[in-house]
Amino acid sequence: MHIPDGMIDAKVAVATAALAAGGLGLALRQARIDVSPRRVPLMGLAAAFVFAAQMLNFPVIAGTSGHLVGAVLATVLLGPSAAMVVISAVLIVQCLMFNDGGVTALGANIFNMAILGCAVGFAIYHPLASLFPGRRGQILAASFAGWCTTVLAAVMCAAEISTSGKASWSKALPAMAGIHMLIGIGEGLITAIVLVSIARLRPELVPDNSPIASSPPRYAVAVAYGLLISLGLALFVSPLASKSPDGLESVAQKHDFAEKPTDQPLLRAPIPDYKMPGISSAALATSIAAAAGTLIVFGLSFVLARILVPSATPPTEINPHAR
Amino acid sequence: MRADFLDRFSRLDSPIHRLPAGVKVAGALAIIIATVLVPFRFHSFFISIAALLLITAALSRIPPRFLIRRLLLLEPFVLGIGILMLLEPNGLRIFLVFALRSTLCLFTMILLSNTTPFSKILAVLRALHTPALLLTILALMYRYLFVLIDQTQRMRRARLSRTFTPSRTRTWKHTGTLIGQLFVRTSERANRIYDAMCARGWK
Repeated sequence: MHIPDGMIDAKVAVATAALAAGGLGLALRQARIDVSPRRVPLMGLAAAFVFAAQMLNFPVIAGTSGHLVGAVLATVLLGPSAAMVVISAVLIVQCLMFNDGGVTALGANIFNMAILGCAVGFAIYHPLASLFPGRRGQILAASFAGWCTTVLAAVMCAAEISTSGKASWSKALPAMAGIHMLIGIGEGLITAIVLVSIARLRPELVPDNSPIASSPPRYAVAVAYGLLISLGLALFVSPLASKSPDGLESVAQKHDFAEKPTDQPLLRAPIPDYKMPGISSAALATSIAAAAGTLIVFGLSFVLARILVPSATPPTEINPHAR
Repeated sequence: MRADFLDRFSRLDSPIHRLPAGVKVAGALAIIIATVLVPFRFHSFFISIAALLLITAALSRIPPRFLIRRLLLLEPFVLGIGILMLLEPNGLRIFLVFALRSTLCLFTMILLSNTTPFSKILAVLRALHTPALLLTILALMYRYLFVLIDQTQRMRRARLSRTFTPSRTRTWKHTGTLIGQLFVRTSERANRIYDAMCARGWK
């Protein structure tokens, strides 16, 4: 879901670039504190590793193939800040040298996949992995977080494209979210398989619960990331959620714009507009579908973790291939 | 090293290759921003950009076949997301304008990355005060990218030569295990690199 050039307009490009720069700056600052010099080469090589791993395709349904994004995988293996820097580096090199993803959309791509992917991935992974202890809990948490971040990145992508006026929210959102709810299953599954195989080969490479569990949690950093992400959601997603679902801009121009100023819909709360007839049912249906999908994937992650991690005992079995 | 297909011609010798990297980066950026921003009704602007890019391509001595192949290879990634526009009532026009713009931008970037070695681009980024940690990571990533891609291909080939009946579930499991194995090797390599860097007086 690399956004190419020409897909997002100037205001979205500038806003996402600012958000991405803020997030990446924060991640770099945090990585300098958290990451020991010994792990700096690992961060560089992990970026190359993510790039190489993304070149391995695996078959999905009907002849299509998918590949790993790796934000959650990197978050679990390296910690959220380091992972953010690593995934950003991957996106920068992909943009500059291999021409995947646009230059003007680099900020948007970094924000969607690296900043959101790692921060939200960690925010889902960390509490879940503490709630369900052991390797099994880790696998469950990582695969679920992998799915969530894939879908969230797609939603963000759809929001940026609709804010740019290239597609309507009511069509872009179901299309992007729907496809990525399926792709996300692949991401979650492959993240889980990779983590299990690393844990089997070299258990010490998969930190037990989270890399920063030992050090005291830094609320200021968490709040800063939280603010950054809420700002992104507030800027792009909330104004769209409050628009009419038909995407009939002519109708919107006739009715909506007479009531509210066109210049500043950016930070308006979506709730007042949900009262409009027709929207509430559509929004409700979408919410119910999303909630059901999330629950199903959580259940699938649970089953996956049970299949992949044979028992609750530590992974020191005599024969790991026994069925 | 077989994975040099990514920016194979960045070290040729031509008038374009000899230009300072900063000029090329600024020029490419200017072209891309203008291409994205200029309204479509200025047809002559887009024609002149296309002409400028074609002249640059000719001067750069990069084989045209390579450029066309690269463009065709990347176009699906660009246009795939553009399908969203086709869902709209009059989306075809928006889509075609977008396709034109993104293709021009893509071609600009293909030319930039194949006329400028990555180390030169990093030097430009350094001059722009990019944080040192990010630069270190980008430099390390680029240097070992090709090594890791080679390693991945070797492991994949070894796996394929031993797997006679590939089924979908197996492919998934094998790909996952392969990526896991790759990470283990990557982390071992990173440790060796750190020792080597320390031995040469890093930090």
